[in-house]
Amino acid sequence: MSQLGTYLLLFGLAVSGYGLLAAAVGAKAGRPALVESARRCAYALFVIVAAAAATMLAALLTNDFAIGYVAGNSARETPVFFKALALWGADDGSLLLWNLILAGYIAAVALRFRTDRPPTFPYALSVLFAVQVFYLILVNGPARPFASLASPPADGRGPAPLLQNHPLMAVHPPFLYLGFIGFTVPFAFGVAALLAGQGSDQWVSIIRRWTLVVWCFLTVGLVLGALWSYSVLGWGGYWAWDPVENVALLPWLCSTAFLHSVMLQERRGMARLWNIALVIGAFALTTFGTFLTRANVVSSVHAFAQSSVGPAYLAFLALVLLGGFGLVAWRLPELRTPASLTSAISREGAFVANNVLLLAATAIILLGTTFPLVVEAVSGQQITVGGPYFRSAVTPVFLLILLLAGTAPLLPWRATNRARALRRLRVPAAAAALVMIATAWAGVHQAAAVAGFGLATLVFVTSGQEILSGLAIGRHGTRGGAMRALARGRRRHAGLVVHMGLALVAAGIIASSSLAQQDQVTLKTGQSTVFAGQVLRYQGLHADRQPQRIVLTATVAVTNPGGGSAGTLDPRMNLYPATTAPIGSPSIRRGIVWDLYASVISLQDSGGSATFRFYRNPGVNWLWFGGLVMALGGAAAAWPGRRRRDPGGDKGVSPARGRTAVEAGAR
Amino acid sequence: MSGRLTRRRVRLLAGVGAVVAVIVVLLMTGLGKDPSVIASPLVGRAAPNFTLPQLDGPPVTLAKLRGQIVVINFWASWCTECQVEQLALDQTWQQFRDSGVVVLGVDFEDSTDAARSYVRTDGVAYPVVEDSSSKTALAYGLRGVPETFVVNSSGRIVKHVIGPVGGAALTSDLNSMLARAQ
Repeated sequence: MSQLGTYLLLFGLAVSGYGLLAAAVGAKAGRPALVESARRCAYALFVIVAAAAATMLAALLTNDFAIGYVAGNSARETPVFFKALALWGADDGSLLLWNLILAGYIAAVALRFRTDRPPTFPYALSVLFAVQVFYLILVNGPARPFASLASPPADGRGPAPLLQNHPLMAVHPPFLYLGFIGFTVPFAFGVAALLAGQGSDQWVSIIRRWTLVVWCFLTVGLVLGALWSYSVLGWGGYWAWDPVENVALLPWLCSTAFLHSVMLQERRGMARLWNIALVIGAFALTTFGTFLTRANVVSSVHAFAQSSVGPAYLAFLALVLLGGFGLVAWRLPELRTPASLTSAISREGAFVANNVLLLAATAIILLGTTFPLVVEAVSGQQITVGGPYFRSAVTPVFLLILLLAGTAPLLPWRATNRARALRRLRVPAAAAALVMIATAWAGVHQAAAVAGFGLATLVFVTSGQEILSGLAIGRHGTRGGAMRALARGRRRHAGLVVHMGLALVAAGIIASSSLAQQDQVTLKTGQSTVFAGQVLRYQGLHADRQPQRIVLTATVAVTNPGGGSAGTLDPRMNLYPATTAPIGSPSIRRGIVWDLYASVISLQDSGGSATFRFYRNPGVNWLWFGGLVMALGGAAAAWPGRRRRDPGGDKGVSPARGRTAVEAGAR
Repeated sequence: MSGRLTRRRVRLLAGVGAVVAVIVVLLMTGLGKDPSVIASPLVGRAAPNFTLPQLDGPPVTLAKLRGQIVVINFWASWCTECQVEQLALDQTWQQFRDSGVVVLGVDFEDSTDAARSYVRTDGVAYPVVEDSSSKTALAYGLRGVPETFVVNSSGRIVKHVIGPVGGAALTSDLNSMLARAQ
């Protein structure tokens, strides 16, 4: 199987190399036949890479320990589910998944543009193939997932214990990869527009929807990552400002900026250069993030040990930055924007402010993440930049973003009618003020938290009010139907739903970071403690010997203040043969308002006494739910609609030109 | 690509090139690091003593090896990465055994039979002891296998490698330690 996989990857490299050449020559020489053959290559490539990934999967499932990767990341006793997940459990295997998803995206582009092809298509296709060539070189050279061992061991080492502890590992990496790798498509079309010298706005309408889809995947991937951290690591939190978390957030912020500023270009022909720079920036940030993760440049829980792909990634990153921004510089004269801002307090002004804030957040996080590198390069000292920096630097920016999200949807384009906007702000502002007074009265004394709750309310109520008024216009309008009205302004309404999700996420983050309680106690069997108004009683330790591990479960009975039982918590410690340190699994009683969360820190006297850490985390579930709402809103905005000539749901708010041309182009 | 190479374009391109060059140089400095050599809190401290039974031979006490450099390698027969470093360790042993260097394998979380058969088939020539209670592993703060500690002639830990050791790096370390001792 080792040989089959190796040959498949080599074959894939050859095919993508041919695709790159055919598309590039076809584009340059204007030969549609060559472009068509390159387009078909995309399907073949996908099949080949899928076969390679399937080969690895089969090797994992059949315990083919002759393959070094299988021996290092799977074992006979590993449950089948986690054997399959080992496919992306370590560096070399995850590069297979990376290649598979990239090939999938290329095939999707090939399918999408099988008949109607914009002039930039051949260029975009060649850029896509070029990126795939790079990733296939990685698995054919520096990283060799199918490399075989001279003498296969009788049993493998098994997956890293943390990775075989929770089923979320099945979905978090694929979603994150779908998000990360997906930025290749907007990047390819952006670069293609620059290569083809297309000063028009066509490229932007092509990639808006792709970017939205990718953005949704990344949103889900980030939320799932936070959920995994919360449910598995046992420290009671979900975001540690770990370098790898940060670099996943960077392209998200950058693409969120793009999704807003793209409207400036669609409606007013503004910000062309800016938009292309954002798309290239988002892709460069994903490449940078991958480099940082896989080249062992920073220490992180996510760092892949012993990776040899660092120099290759760095070369690729240099190429992306030079090629992308070099092209932007080259085309600068043609990308000059004709229109300019007429008023700062207008929808356009708000989008500009939105971009400034999102990019400020990106810069702050990028700076904090790379600062240790700079210091070490200059002075040789090792430092780490931790949560306090990020929290204090980013919080004001995020609060301003909330303020903007709560007011900007009310602002008209070109600032023709500001009085109306002020009128519509009354209810949301009143609601926000009410919530702020209530939280302060309830004993929340941190100014940022009080302001945050108020601003989250502002965003939620403004968005809800705008959606409802969209419905009302439909009801009293000439062509009936509330649903029809919603559908007509789908993009706007979907955007408002995303904002409502954002408000929920913000409220969850603020609640959990400012109102959480925690305590560490050591309890003997039968002893109890009072935490957050509930009585917690340690009932004893139970050991369970499973084939791949030993599980020690410490049962804690929870009693309500009134005396009624509220169930049990059963935090665990898992002992794996490959490591000395036990891996803890927290136990969480999830609730709408707050979670009760318990971890075992240590055991004494063979379980006769145990040290626990208890947390009461408010609002954490709003965060997961809000993330889901954001992703669903994004999906609704990206959903293909019917062609129609109708300026639609921005009725009354927007005196600008209709969206027909833009919408048709985006389809 | 259309367009002429105007002075403005040259300036812009040079600017992009300069910024990218700075980024690349900065990131390159990070690449030179060996992530498997970690700043272990044990480095510089006295190596915890142990007396462990040898697989085939009398028990080994670390304190009795004082005066020699000891390369302590924690391994297991089920560990794939241990196989990777096996050859380098054997070569180190062959090369330095007459210059006052001991390579000592410590078998971790393993069965005696599996360890014996591994030692036989993979031709492990240096002495191997069994840490069946894992007490020594705990004393050394082991995170997993393979891990290697280099202990100098006065019994202090001078290096801690997580993951397979590289033969070249180990050889150069030992050479410089031996040179300093003379």
